[in-house]
Amino acid sequence: MTDTSIAPAPSAAAITPMVEAVGVSKSFGSNEVLKSISLTVRPGEVLCLVGPSGSGKSTFLRLINHLETLSSGRLSVDGSLVGYRQVGEKLYELHPKDAARQRREIGMVFQRFNLFPHMTALENVMEAPQRVKRQPKAQVEQRARDLLARVGLADRADYYPAHLSGGQQQRVAIARALAMEPKLMLFDEPTSALDPELVGEVLDVMKELASSGMTMIVVTHEMGFAREVADTLVFMDGGVVVESGQPREVLANPQHDRTRAFLSKVL
Amino acid sequence: MSTAAGSAPESEPIRAIKLKHPWRIVFAVVILVIAAVFLIDAARRPAYDWASVAKYLFDRRVSAAALVTLELTVLAMIIAIVLGVLLAVMRLSPNPVLKAVAWFYVWLFRGTPVYVQLVFWGLIATIYQTIDIGIPFTSVQWASFATQAVVNAFWLSVIGLGLNEAAYMSEIVRAGLVSVDTGQNEAATALGMSWGQTMTRVILPQAMRVIIPPTGNEVISMLKTTSLVTAVPFSFDLYNRTRDISAETFNPIPMLIVASIWYLFFTSILMVGQYFLEKRFARGIGDRRDGKGGDGGPTGTLQIVGANQPSVVMPQAHEAGRR
Repeated sequence: MTDTSIAPAPSAAAITPMVEAVGVSKSFGSNEVLKSISLTVRPGEVLCLVGPSGSGKSTFLRLINHLETLSSGRLSVDGSLVGYRQVGEKLYELHPKDAARQRREIGMVFQRFNLFPHMTALENVMEAPQRVKRQPKAQVEQRARDLLARVGLADRADYYPAHLSGGQQQRVAIARALAMEPKLMLFDEPTSALDPELVGEVLDVMKELASSGMTMIVVTHEMGFAREVADTLVFMDGGVVVESGQPREVLANPQHDRTRAFLSKVL
Repeated sequence: MSTAAGSAPESEPIRAIKLKHPWRIVFAVVILVIAAVFLIDAARRPAYDWASVAKYLFDRRVSAAALVTLELTVLAMIIAIVLGVLLAVMRLSPNPVLKAVAWFYVWLFRGTPVYVQLVFWGLIATIYQTIDIGIPFTSVQWASFATQAVVNAFWLSVIGLGLNEAAYMSEIVRAGLVSVDTGQNEAATALGMSWGQTMTRVILPQAMRVIIPPTGNEVISMLKTTSLVTAVPFSFDLYNRTRDISAETFNPIPMLIVASIWYLFFTSILMVGQYFLEKRFARGIGDRRDGKGGDGGPTGTLQIVGANQPSVVMPQAHEAGRR
């Protein structure tokens, strides 16, 4: 057992990985933020990405649903390339419509919630299924109410985001992402903008989601959450994967100096 | 402060003596005196000829001209707002062709005086005597109109004012669109919404809050700019009609007052309308008076998306990691 192997399940080869990154790099101008990242996420797996700021975690997350375009390497979600179509040896840029279709399958939760402030919690959750999937309103509303109940906010359906606490806003944002019935959820530091006493309620929702079998990639500084919920912990620094493995193992017995230095600051 | 122990939590309301502001009273008196002197003088001064003002204020020709001015304003602003939104969205679209076209439009129409543009529109029938529909530079022609027959001075005024104003409106709308937090765009995109859906459902409604106040300003400005349509030439609007009447009566001053009263009447109405529009689009954004939020009001947890302070672990980590 090497600590750097990323897909621990022996049967991983048989099933299509939910996310497969091979040599993924990303540069902003001359600044290379990601340097040849390779990793695999199995369906149902919860992967936590940790590391100091500027290590490229968020950028990697944004590449997965094509909010940024990658500079080199191959990145696929559920077997299909993100943002491109491959015919033979040639890559073709996807039409924005097709890129949007790919994104529907991937839910994303942001550090700053990014709820639509001019819509109520319920309207926020209903917007995408109604406008993007064009599902009938009654059906969408019922599911939206169920989802709000699932995140513990059934009684806040008619509130505008400005009248909700940060933790409540983030839970609405999770419900909004789930309304599109995604097969993969991306969390970009979902609790970093919250007051400490509000972090727990959001993590609880995420734990429930993980136990329901959702595939999740979580960029976080919450080591307790990573230890308890994640199947895999990936430590990134300077745009590379420094080490990865079972969270308990990595946290208890880091192999690399940089991991050790980082963990000593956050634990 | 040990004696406070055991006292009831209910404390006496404060009855302090109000701070005096003697200079405010002095200034108010001075201004009132100046205003009174001016008004008394104006009432007696024969040049103002108040009898004529009263006579012409509701003159049929004047009120008809006031209606024409209102029509010019409304129609020109409809063109300006529709075209302005279109230009602003084009300017921000990912399509470089649309971007360039919008930029050129604004450059052209904002870069020349509206008076000059109105003169040009007035000469359109001279420059293009016929409007031909066919294949250019060939003899193929399906239809032809005499320009003089299809346009009149009123509509040329509306077009001239509207197209000029569209350039300004597009900049106002663009400023509004840009003011919306980029996270909103990302959230909508991540949900699989198309660029058009993101614009119309998410960005534009939020931009309205920023767009409306300067637009109200533009409407009021347009109401007065209509007096320039004499350049077309079109002379049935409020200002030019009152000028024409005073050319007959040799008494211009009361007619100026009549026109001013009508302009002020319209701008006052527009200001009321603007107030209600602003209230409508403030929905959900920092409106703590709004009852819909229920008990969210007085707690310390009110947070406006994009305006709240991250207060925990490594607040700037996210932003720094991205760029």
